[in-house]
Amino acid sequence: MRAGLLGSVIMNFDFSDDQKLLKEQVRKFLADKCSTKVVRRVLDGNETHADDVWKGLVDLGVPGLGIPEEYGGSGLSPLEVCVVAEEIGRAAAPVPFDTSVVLATEALKLAGSEAQKKKFLTGLASGQAIGTLAIAEGPQPPRPRNIRTTFGGGRLNGKKVPVTDGEAATFAIALANTGGTGDRALSLVLVDLKQAAVAKKRVETIDPTRKHAELAFKDASAELLGGEGEGWRLLEQLYDAAAVYFAFAQVGGAEAAMWMARDYALQRQAFGRAIGSYQAIKHKLADCYVKLELARSNAYYGAMMLTEGGADLAVAAAAARIAATEAYDFAAKENIQTHGGIGFTWEADTQFHYRRSRLLALSIGGPMAWKDKLVTRLEQKNAA
Amino acid sequence: MDFNDTPEEAAFRKEVRTWLEANATRKSDDKQSFRARNDDPELLKKAKEWQDKKAKAGYARITWPKEFGGRGASPILQVIYQQEEANFLVPLGFFDIGLGMCIPTMMAYAKPEQLARYVKPALHGQEVWCQLFSEPAAGSDVAGIRTKAERDGDSWVINGQKVWTSGAHYCDYGIVITRTDPNVPKHAGLTMFFLDMKTPGVEVRPIKQMSGGANFNEVFFTDVRLPDSQRLGKVGEGWKAALTTLMNERLAVGLPSGGLDIDELMELARDTDLEDGPAIRNQQVRGKIAEWYVQQQGLKLTRYRTLTALSKGQTPGPESSIIKIVAAPKMQDMGAFAMELMGHAGIMKEDVPHAAGFQAQWIGGAGFRIAGGTDEILRNIVAERVLGLPADIRVDKDIPFNQLGKK
Repeated sequence: MRAGLLGSVIMNFDFSDDQKLLKEQVRKFLADKCSTKVVRRVLDGNETHADDVWKGLVDLGVPGLGIPEEYGGSGLSPLEVCVVAEEIGRAAAPVPFDTSVVLATEALKLAGSEAQKKKFLTGLASGQAIGTLAIAEGPQPPRPRNIRTTFGGGRLNGKKVPVTDGEAATFAIALANTGGTGDRALSLVLVDLKQAAVAKKRVETIDPTRKHAELAFKDASAELLGGEGEGWRLLEQLYDAAAVYFAFAQVGGAEAAMWMARDYALQRQAFGRAIGSYQAIKHKLADCYVKLELARSNAYYGAMMLTEGGADLAVAAAAARIAATEAYDFAAKENIQTHGGIGFTWEADTQFHYRRSRLLALSIGGPMAWKDKLVTRLEQKNAA
Repeated sequence: MDFNDTPEEAAFRKEVRTWLEANATRKSDDKQSFRARNDDPELLKKAKEWQDKKAKAGYARITWPKEFGGRGASPILQVIYQQEEANFLVPLGFFDIGLGMCIPTMMAYAKPEQLARYVKPALHGQEVWCQLFSEPAAGSDVAGIRTKAERDGDSWVINGQKVWTSGAHYCDYGIVITRTDPNVPKHAGLTMFFLDMKTPGVEVRPIKQMSGGANFNEVFFTDVRLPDSQRLGKVGEGWKAALTTLMNERLAVGLPSGGLDIDELMELARDTDLEDGPAIRNQQVRGKIAEWYVQQQGLKLTRYRTLTALSKGQTPGPESSIIKIVAAPKMQDMGAFAMELMGHAGIMKEDVPHAAGFQAQWIGGAGFRIAGGTDEILRNIVAERVLGLPADIRVDKDIPFNQLGKK
C-alpha cells in the first residue's frame, strides 16, 4: 500500500439516513411477505414470479424509485435503487427486479426517445409494465459476431434464450443485427411481447425461482432503442450501471447466506460442541465476511460513481461486479458446506442463494469477462 | 455520498498543510519515503527532532487530552493530520508503539507524578518506549508468558525472556507483562510493570530477520529489580492492563506504506514477453491483476467507510478488521507473481527493474502475515467478535499455570 493511499479527503462515504430508512422499510416488507416459503413456492410451482410480492413492491413505489417524476416515478438517485437492490438480494426475492427495475429501466433512461420514455417508463413506474432484456442466443456468451436475430423494416426476427422473466415481461429490449460490420452491426430494439408474432416457451434453468423463457420473434413489430449500430456500445454502458445494482443484490445475498451458515454453525453440534467453535468453520465464515466487506466497499464506490456520473464509473462498476460475484459465490457455496448433508436436500433453504448467486454471476457477463474489462479500463485510465 | 471534508475538517486540513509546508519538504511523488532502515542512528535522531517539532505545534497526539499535550480533538482530525503528513518527507515510525500503546496504558494505571515525569518526554520524542509482551513460548497465546516477577519486600525481581520486541535496541523505557502467580490459571497470574531499559540485568539482543533487517529483539531479564511503584494495575490483573494496551494497538495499526502495487505490476506485465505476446494480454495475468486491484481498492474504500463513521462521531463498524487479513497475503502473493513474470531473473537482486521491490514484498509479506496478529488469529477474531461464533476450545482455562502440560 502506498503512502498516499488514504487520499486527501475524509468524505461522507455512506448512505444517508433517509436511504437507510427506505432500506429498512423494504427489508421489513420482504421479511414479512417474502420469506423463504414464498421463494420455495415459486421454486416448486408454476407461477412466473411471486406476483403478490411484486404488487407489494409496486405499492411501495419500488419500480419508480429511479424514474424521473415526469414519467411517474419518484426521481430519486441510483443510491435509493441500490439500497433496495441489496434487500431484494438478501431475500432472494422471486420478482422481476433485476430485469424490469434495473435493466429495462436503465436501458430506457440511457437510450430512450422522449416518446419511448413517456410510454415505457410511465408503464414501468406504475407497475403495469414489466420489462426485460433479451440478449443471449443459446450456449455461448453473446458477442457481436454471434448475434443472429435481425431487425429491419420495423420487424424483428430470431430467437432469444434464455430470457429472464420472458413470460412475465410485457416488453423486451433485444439486441439485434441491423446490418453493417463488427460492433456496428448491432442495435437495441424495443419489442412488445404481447403480440402474436412473439412465441414464448419456458426453459428450465438452474434457478427455477426466477423463470426463464425462450422468445421466438417472427416478423414481430419492434422499434429501435437508441441509434442504429449503437447496440453493442449501449449494452456495455447499460451493463456498467447494471453491474453496480447487481453488486448490491449480490452483497445482500452474500450477507444472508453468511448469516444462515453462522446460525446453523451455532446450533449444530458435532464431537460434543457447536461446529461453529471449530476453526475450520470459523475461518471459512470469517472469509465470507472478508469477501463481503470488500464487495460492499467496492459496491459503495460504484454507487457513488453512478450517482455522480463520475469518469471512474467504468472501473468502479467492474470492480464492484467482480468483488460482489466472488463474495456471493463463496458465501452461497460455503453455506451449503457448513450445513453438511442437510444443506444438500431439496427441503433446505441453502439452495436458494446457491442458485441465485450463479444466475446473477452469469446474466450480465461472468467474472472472467469482467476481469478482462477491468484491466482494459485500467490500461485506458493509465494511458490517459 | 461525497468525498468532501466538513467545514471544520477542511479548516483543520488547511492549517495542517500550511504548517507542514513551512516545516517539512513535500514528496515529489507518493513512492518517495524517508525511511531506509530504522536501525540507522541518524534516522532516529532526525525522527526525534521531527517528533519534537510536531509536539510543540500540538500535532503529535491530537486526540490526547490537553493536559498531556494533545488537543482533545476527535480521531478524524488525527487522521487528517496523518493524511497530510504522508505527503511530506518526514521520518516516522519510532513512536507509534510508545504513544499508541505504552503511554495510553500508563495513563490508565500510572500515578499522577509518574505521568508528569514520563508523558511529555515521550510525546516530544526524547524518550522512546517499547512493549515487552511476546515470549518464545507465548506468541498468539500471549497470556501463556513465563517471565516471572517475584516479590522481595518493596520490590520485584524479574527473570525470563521476551522476544519480537520492536525497537528495544533504541528504546529508553518499556512496559512488561510478567507472571507473578503460577499457581492460578494463566490469565489470573499476570502483573504489568514499566521499566527503564537501562535497569541492571536487562539485555537486548537484536534478531536478524529473514528480510535482512533487524527491527526486533530478544530481551533477557536476569534478576532485574523494580520497585513496587513501577507496577501498573493490581497484582494479578496484568491481563486486564494488557488488554488496554492491545485495544489501543487496534487504533494504532495502519497499512504499510510505500510499496509497489498494481501500477507497477501492470507496467511489468506490459514489459514482459510471454509465448503469446506481452504478459498484459494474457488472460491469466489479467485475471490476477483484476483480483488484486479489487482487493487494493476494496481496502482503501473500506478505510473510507471507517473514516466516514469517525467523521460523523460514530463508532466505526467492524469492517476494518478485514484489512490485514487481505493486505498481508496480497503483498506476499503479488510479490511472488511479479517475480514469476520476470522468469529466472526474478530471483536476481540487481539489474532487473522492480525486482527488488517485489522481492521485498514477497519476503516482507511472510512477516506481515504474522506480525501484530497472525492470519489465523485475525480470522478467529472476526469469527468471534463480528460473527458471534464461540471461542476456541481452551483446555488450559481452569488449570493452574504450573500444572499445564502435566498429566
